[in-house]
Amino acid sequence: MGNMNVTVCVKQIPDPAAPQSLEPSTNTLDRSGKLILDDSDAYGVEMALQLVDKAGGGEVTLVSMAPNGEVAGLRTALAMGAAKAVLVSDDALKGSDALGTAKVLAAAIKRTEFDLVLAATESSDGYTGTVPVQIAELLGLPSITFAKSVTIDGSTVKVDRQTEAGYDEVTAPLPAVVTVTAGVVEPRYPSFKGIMAAKSKPVDQVTVADLGLSAGEVGAAGSGQTIFAVTDAEARAAGEIVVDEGDGAQRIVSFLEGLKVI
Amino acid sequence: MAINKILVLVELTESGPTATSLELLTAARSLATTVEAISWGPGVAAAAGTVGEYGATTLHDAGDLGSALPGVPVAGAIAGVASGFDAILIPTSYDGRDIAGRLSAKLNVPVLTNITGLGEDGGLTTEHPVFGGAKIVKAKFTGAGLQIFVIRAKSFAAEPAGGAAAAVSAVAVPEAGATGTATIVSRHVEERTGPKLDEAAVVVSGGRGLGSADNYSWINDLAKLLNGAAGASRAIVDAGWVPYSHQVGQTGKTVKPTVYLACGISGATQHLVGMKGSKNIIAINKDQEAPIFTVADLGIVGDVNKVVPALIEALKGR
Repeated sequence: MGNMNVTVCVKQIPDPAAPQSLEPSTNTLDRSGKLILDDSDAYGVEMALQLVDKAGGGEVTLVSMAPNGEVAGLRTALAMGAAKAVLVSDDALKGSDALGTAKVLAAAIKRTEFDLVLAATESSDGYTGTVPVQIAELLGLPSITFAKSVTIDGSTVKVDRQTEAGYDEVTAPLPAVVTVTAGVVEPRYPSFKGIMAAKSKPVDQVTVADLGLSAGEVGAAGSGQTIFAVTDAEARAAGEIVVDEGDGAQRIVSFLEGLKVI
Repeated sequence: MAINKILVLVELTESGPTATSLELLTAARSLATTVEAISWGPGVAAAAGTVGEYGATTLHDAGDLGSALPGVPVAGAIAGVASGFDAILIPTSYDGRDIAGRLSAKLNVPVLTNITGLGEDGGLTTEHPVFGGAKIVKAKFTGAGLQIFVIRAKSFAAEPAGGAAAAVSAVAVPEAGATGTATIVSRHVEERTGPKLDEAAVVVSGGRGLGSADNYSWINDLAKLLNGAAGASRAIVDAGWVPYSHQVGQTGKTVKPTVYLACGISGATQHLVGMKGSKNIIAINKDQEAPIFTVADLGIVGDVNKVVPALIEALKGR
């Protein structure tokens, strides 16, 4: 039996189902309320648990950053079965751009033991979509993005990678960074036992200084970009909304005829 | 500071530059004095005519990368020619995002992504839709160095300018060590009937309201009858009903068809941002309060499991 350690990048985000707003001072997303585990990250956590299980030994470690010491989302992933977490929490992180985030997470990942780093293709809130690859470059590792499936064969990771035309089978030697698309595995629901166990699993809270980074490299101070305006988008003209009285399909046919689509 | 030189990442298919690449060349032309392009693969020389026609004077050729995944080698090639350029425009695509991430970390410069508009105010400014496209945030870079812009499909109309063929100039791909070890073992083309999702004149999308994965066959049937493409909401991609390649929205594709037909999709902000630029939007949903109706030109408040089969029958009978 082998041994496989997987570090998973997870993000705690404002509940996408709740109303959202921008912070007036920075025009960035207001993250001051309750945060939850990003749905997108549940796939990486599940994939990691399955890979460790298949290897017959090893651990799943979570890595995350949050400005306010939030752990609610991490507890969800720990309840699914991850063994422990590193949370980088520091006021200096507020306003970090993608590269600043990648620097912090790369430094945090270095504190973990890993054969593989997993992440979602992008977060559901900021959705920059570059952080995992930036992490790979900073760590000097190969990366394979948009994985539809992930298997481990000895010291090689094999990925079916989404392409415009279909998919490519791509391999890389471990250690490597892989990003998974949503829906690739079915994330397990935490069991009651898992939820109870998660409460006592270790969450190592570290600061920017602990990681050997300077405050000027991260957060708003290290960000090389600024949002200078927010405007309302052009609204669409109100349409015709009708209750189906058995004539719904016919109304659509007439509408399509009017457009000469049929 | 006026914008002097822009480099555009051009992605190629067997039939030449992708639509988004040509959109970016068109945008670059309107913003900078000099536009150059960079590409890779066996077809670069053959694309010089088209790339020149859309405004680039030079086409940097990173060559045939063989079985290497493009992110690392192309970012390395760009870093080699980047000096002298104010900005690089990169399409939002699988490889484009890899290249942008690698380049950003390699050069230690920030990157702006999911851009749907560009402007000029001293330097380049960007537009990004937020909250389902209800609001637009405008951003710009504050530091020095190459500015990396990753731009979504269909943000600009592509228009040729009638320029001469671009001069092809070979660029070296530096040795990448461990980072460059991702290798494409085999390529699989999935059979597709009908037009591509992001190029179709009609897009029919399904969501949770369909009730089950099996009922997605109605979406395929409707798409076929309307000579369109089949799309999906994130909810049913997450649920594993259909593959990610069908997803329309923030984390999926941006579509702007003549007709977008949303079946059983509530219209979360995640979805709206990817389709609200469609010319005509038809929505079927049982919940009158569903946000999808705020962007619909024709909204049918009803059971998608009744309306859609009836629509299929009506179209079959024509």
